[in-house]
Amino acid sequence: MREREDEWTGLMRSAISGDSAAYHRLLRAVTPVLRAAARRGLARAGQPVDQSEDIVQDILLAVHLKRHTWDAEAPFAPWLFAIARNKLIDSLRRRGRRVFVNIDDFSETIPSEPAAETAPANEVAAQLQSLPARQRDVLQSIAVDCASIKETAAKFAISEGAVRVALHRGLASLTAKLRGQ
Amino acid sequence: MQTDQLIRTLAADNAHRARPVGFVLALALLSAAPVSVAMFLAALGVRPDVMTAMHNPFFDLKFVVTLTLALSAMTVSLHLSRPEASLHGWAWLLLIPAGVLVAGISGEMMLPQRLPMMTRLIGTNSRVCMTAIPLLSLPLLAAALIGLRHGAPARPAVAGAIAGLLSAGLAATLYASHCTDDSPLFVTTWYTIATALVTAIGALAGSRVLRF
Repeated sequence: MREREDEWTGLMRSAISGDSAAYHRLLRAVTPVLRAAARRGLARAGQPVDQSEDIVQDILLAVHLKRHTWDAEAPFAPWLFAIARNKLIDSLRRRGRRVFVNIDDFSETIPSEPAAETAPANEVAAQLQSLPARQRDVLQSIAVDCASIKETAAKFAISEGAVRVALHRGLASLTAKLRGQ
Repeated sequence: MQTDQLIRTLAADNAHRARPVGFVLALALLSAAPVSVAMFLAALGVRPDVMTAMHNPFFDLKFVVTLTLALSAMTVSLHLSRPEASLHGWAWLLLIPAGVLVAGISGEMMLPQRLPMMTRLIGTNSRVCMTAIPLLSLPLLAAALIGLRHGAPARPAVAGAIAGLLSAGLAATLYASHCTDDSPLFVTTWYTIATALVTAIGALAGSRVLRF
């Protein structure tokens, strides 16, 4: 436990100093932990645990956009769990309201047994469609087509700087849309 | 979008560096300050006898109180802009201005006074004080909330309340240079009521706009 968290702190320090591979490894390493926490939260709130993936993506986006509030001298795990807890409570509240509003359609679709695997996330994908074309194209190119920033720039005949701006703005507006939905 | 795809996208954006919350907060406050100062100069203005008043330690004490309030609240609000932070171990900073006031009241009690205590407490400007401080603080409160929005406060209402204290402290600094009531009893009563009002507005606004 302790070792794992020290490793996260090390990876995040490398990420902050510009090592994108370390950042990628860190996000992959924390995701199973976030998923387990999301499932526990959903179970405790009496909601289907297979809906955890939307919450995980919500947390990952917040981690990304708020990482400048992490103090590089402090351990990473308490910061991460504070963000995760905040987003989890938020999501459960939002879901609670939505379930209340749609109680009739919901009761018909309750599975007799809780699904064992996790349903694919759909909130981020849905909001992606409402982004401005440039941001949506860039995000899709990098996320779905596995293109690098350079390849994306070549594909749309724009500068790498423009790709970076569209990428960041796209992620920020996705997060804002998820919060406001 | 699958989570792996999202992670790859986030990693691609690793080069983006956001500015520190303190920088954004300072920038927002510096942009709002001229608005409050302009409102102050247009509606109230510095009291005419300010040069003589500066020799009165109780006039000067008002600025010590309001500026320590603003500085303590700024320190605490920056601390609270981190998600894992709590008020624990930091709340005492907010007691410093209260301590200065208590010291001021004791000091005034020990000196012979021309006016009776209740007259000094009630003063002549209480209504202006309670209107001016909240109004002057509004642009600063909006700026403080914009700055803190850049952070990730775990408890938005608390962070908003501290932003209210911060903006009330700055607004009261302006107002103190207009007000002719210098008794710490007046300051303790009316400045506190005005500050409490701004703090409540801050908490209410914060609980809406500071969620991340």
